Amino acid sequence: MLEGFGRFCELLYRTILGAVRPPYDLKALRDQVVRVGVDSVPVVFLTTLFTGAVMALQTFNGFARFHAEAYVGSVVAISMLRELSPVLSGLMVTGRAGSAMAAELGTMRVTEQIDALVSLATDPVQYLFVPRVLAGIIVLPMLVVLGNAMGIGGGYLVAVKILGANPVIYMDNTFQYLRMNDLWSGLIKAAFFGGLLSLIGCQRGFDTEGGAEGVGRSTTTAVVIVSLAILVSDFFLTKVLF
Amino acid sequence: MGAADVTAVPAVRLTGVSKAFGGKNVLSGLDLEVPVGTSLVVLGKSGVGKSVLLKHVIGLLKPDSGRVEVGGVDIWSVSARERDQIRRRFGMSFQEGALFDSMTVGENISFPLRRHTRMSVAQVRDRVAECLELVRLPGIEAKGPSELSGGMRRRVGFARAIALKPEILLFDEPTTGLDPINTDALVRVIQKLRESLRPTAITITHDLKVAFQVADRVALLEAGRIRIDLPPADFEASDDPRVVAFVQGDSAMDEETAPLEVSG
Ligand SMILES: Nc1ncnc2c1ncn2[C@@H]1O[C@H](COP(=O)(O)OP(=O)(O)OP(=O)(O)O)[C@@H](O)[C@H]1O
Ligand SMILES: [Mg+2]
Repeated sequence: MLEGFGRFCELLYRTILGAVRPPYDLKALRDQVVRVGVDSVPVVFLTTLFTGAVMALQTFNGFARFHAEAYVGSVVAISMLRELSPVLSGLMVTGRAGSAMAAELGTMRVTEQIDALVSLATDPVQYLFVPRVLAGIIVLPMLVVLGNAMGIGGGYLVAVKILGANPVIYMDNTFQYLRMNDLWSGLIKAAFFGGLLSLIGCQRGFDTEGGAEGVGRSTTTAVVIVSLAILVSDFFLTKVLF
Repeated sequence: MGAADVTAVPAVRLTGVSKAFGGKNVLSGLDLEVPVGTSLVVLGKSGVGKSVLLKHVIGLLKPDSGRVEVGGVDIWSVSARERDQIRRRFGMSFQEGALFDSMTVGENISFPLRRHTRMSVAQVRDRVAECLELVRLPGIEAKGPSELSGGMRRRVGFARAIALKPEILLFDEPTTGLDPINTDALVRVIQKLRESLRPTAITITHDLKVAFQVADRVALLEAGRIRIDLPPADFEASDDPRVVAFVQGDSAMDEETAPLEVSG
């Protein structure tokens, strides 16, 4: 556990060094942004849409008990922006892109492609980690903006089409209590999760041992570790970002 | 052979190199010197640590103890960036090719050119074509590694290793699994390279014919050390039992791996 954290810090340091030092590989960065984005848009779309919808159903059900139905829109919006959209997007992208990174780098390790990179005087951390980690940091906030819209949209559909809320009042209500800070704190979380899931995904792949079986192991442990790391760090980030 | 004589600094020198994996010693106090411009062939039984030895030379593995020097510089006493500078002098072909499977054959071979030189696109294209020509695979630039056979992958890996015209060449079983004609073609490439660029070369092979064709010296790796290191003619003529067993491919003469020997 402690050893794993030490390794994480070492690779974080090498990734930061690799990001600031030339050569800057913008083509690789663009490829990774497209890959992570394209991989993840459909799952984030569906997850946040249905989560927004369920949020509306559940809060309506609960709030009706003390005649607070009018606040359903606010609660859905605040929960999505601050919490659900970043965390769920982070978990979904981990399942799609984080695991793919672990599998890709793991395969490169066991087939000696990483050795080949080193033999060609190329720092594998700079070459492989930097574009992936930057792509995670860039793409996740964009996905979260999409997720926010989907979540609010899902809530709106349920409230207006199923529960019979007044569309104008519901929309008013949604934005009435929102602050800029709700959006920003969610986006900062998203960027953090994006970097975290890419870095751990890459690290698990990079440190793969033991052939094809090892690649499978790396992929699953990457998903488990990142999911835990997201949920734990989410608490502390929320505390810091209020 | 004075210490001040620059030409006496070997291209590669390993001193007392030991390496264990999970408690199992693979290299134990190995010494090796490869003078500039010479070609060494390393022979040894499968699993004895030949690939591990080669990976130590280029710093892919770090010895548990001992020194690895390239051009007189201890590669583990310098920074990672300086180590990368030293690695630019190498070209290495891997036992299984180790081609980047996210890239085409052409991109694989041009990788070191694009990364480490300022060659124009046209120059890179020509050099890639030239290297593929050398390994008798012309015109396959656009193919992906997964479309190639094992032997083809190995030859593309060889082409990638020589693309930058490196000073020091490391070939890990370049001809294993190739048909006799392609083996001969690859041997000719190595011989031609040696005549034109005079690189230092370390080649691992199981093929004695290849060994005698490309070597200035033939070495036998056994039990973690270089046991025999002779010019090809002397190696072939040697009556050392380990060499005789190896040259004749006789497992019964090789005490360690003679499980079939039933007589006490
Ligand atoms: N990264 C590693 N981790 C653990 N053990 C290793 C590693 N690399 C090599 N070994 C072990 O070191 C020993 C020597 O391996 P090596 O690949 O150098 O053999 P070789 O002489 O090249 O054999 P071959 O002729 O079959 O290629 C083997 O027992 C192998 O299991
Ligand atoms: Mg080997």
